[in-house]
Amino acid sequence: MSIKGRAYIAGAYEHPTRKAPDSSLAQLHAEVALGALADAGLTLRDVDGYFCAGDAPGMGPMSMVDYLNLKVRHVDATDTGGTSYLIHVSHAAQAIAAGKCDVALVTLAGRPRSEGQATGTAVRPLNPNQPDTAFESPFGPALANMYGMVARRHMHEFGTTSEQLAWIKVAASHHAQYNPHAMLRDVVTVEDVLNSPMIADPLHRLDCCVISDGGGAVVVVRPEIARSLKRPLVKVIGAGESVKGQLGGDVDLTYTGAASSGAAAFEEAGVKPSDIQYASIYDSFTITVLVQLEDLGFCAKGQGGRFVADGNLISGVGKLPFNTDGGGLCNNHPANRGGMTKIIEAVRQLRGEAHPKVQVRDCRLALAQGTGGSLGTRHANATLILERE
Amino acid sequence: MAVKNEALARIANPETKVFWEAAARGGLRLPKCTSCGRFHWYPRRICPHCGSTTIEMHAAKGTGEVYSYSIMRRAKVPYAIAYVRLTEGTTMMTNVVDCDFDDIQIGMPVKLVFRDSPEGYPLPMFTKA
Repeated sequence: MSIKGRAYIAGAYEHPTRKAPDSSLAQLHAEVALGALADAGLTLRDVDGYFCAGDAPGMGPMSMVDYLNLKVRHVDATDTGGTSYLIHVSHAAQAIAAGKCDVALVTLAGRPRSEGQATGTAVRPLNPNQPDTAFESPFGPALANMYGMVARRHMHEFGTTSEQLAWIKVAASHHAQYNPHAMLRDVVTVEDVLNSPMIADPLHRLDCCVISDGGGAVVVVRPEIARSLKRPLVKVIGAGESVKGQLGGDVDLTYTGAASSGAAAFEEAGVKPSDIQYASIYDSFTITVLVQLEDLGFCAKGQGGRFVADGNLISGVGKLPFNTDGGGLCNNHPANRGGMTKIIEAVRQLRGEAHPKVQVRDCRLALAQGTGGSLGTRHANATLILERE
Repeated sequence: MAVKNEALARIANPETKVFWEAAARGGLRLPKCTSCGRFHWYPRRICPHCGSTTIEMHAAKGTGEVYSYSIMRRAKVPYAIAYVRLTEGTTMMTNVVDCDFDDIQIGMPVKLVFRDSPEGYPLPMFTKA
């Protein structure tokens, strides 16, 4: 059974806060839920499916269902880190197609900035029950140095340079200048990135995403409901998901699970990378974008450095406008999970509701790409292809 | 010895005890499947390549080369994390120690050294060969 055309994203909402010391986690989830439902023209009483991941408080979906006093007949708490929400949209479309729910609410929220988390440089705790950590945590793997190893290997195999990686941040900053909510709104240059402090070779501070509080939510509905609402029709036409690890010790850092999640989504949608007019690409680090662009087929493996250089990702300038909200690199990375905001900006583009300075003209086909976990060890990827009807 | 046993208890589980006990004696043991003949990493009782449960632990040659690395500059004491591709063909996460960070390169030959963690369990690390 294909999900193509079986569900629509009717509501989308990004919390404007980037620092929320006076809000609770549950409150942030509830605020984005109300925001997305209001955007769709629906209410809490219309929700019969609820989707969340590990950022939600309590066990799975139960605390938030209870907090919001929802009457649900379908729940899904699949947690694949930052890409969970793209998978939730796909699973919601499946559930709707199977008749298990009609109005699916997906929420994300978190307050790592208020809680003072050193997200990118903190080493994961050792837990002997998790089979990998005893053989990794003692050596100090954090996020920054794991992605640093991915970047270093890419440079070795394909000649990718720090200047090319920097262009990804430069493009994001060009977009963020128009986003009044973005944490970092200053336009930066390649030199600014290279001159920023080294965090974990070869990644500089400006190769890393921001740490922010906030959240977002989307509402996925069955076609008849979407057509009864007063919002532009954003149809889910393809989805793919994957998990890739260390391959039993045959570690290969040159590609990600986006290779298979992307291929599955493109096949289901019946479109190809050159058809995509706008792409939201998960950007925990600049290298995250570069490797996924290759794996999705926007350019050949190893050509990502040349592809992103010289402003090719800047809306109105290059061939593939990406992350026109400023992305995780400049705008927002709520709960250390960037997947939800990737969906939301793709919806804005398809509705024609992005900032006029970055809006892609007559945007009818968009892709959202997520990564969860660590590309340096084990990670999940998910791809969504969305169409304006 | 009692202290060391406590330290090992913090890192080992019933499946990986044999590995850490060998490490406490200064040896790196690698799991090899007698069914498909392949080494794997990290150690398991079930082969990730073929699903067989006939795993034997073999003494490693203790040599390999750097597959990739990164220097964590933001740590109080900067350190080099790496994937080392062992001569046996499998790749493990480790630290490269006792050498200038600027000397580390992908493809650099390395050899095994053991270092105790702050908690007292032995860790297989590598240095320039």
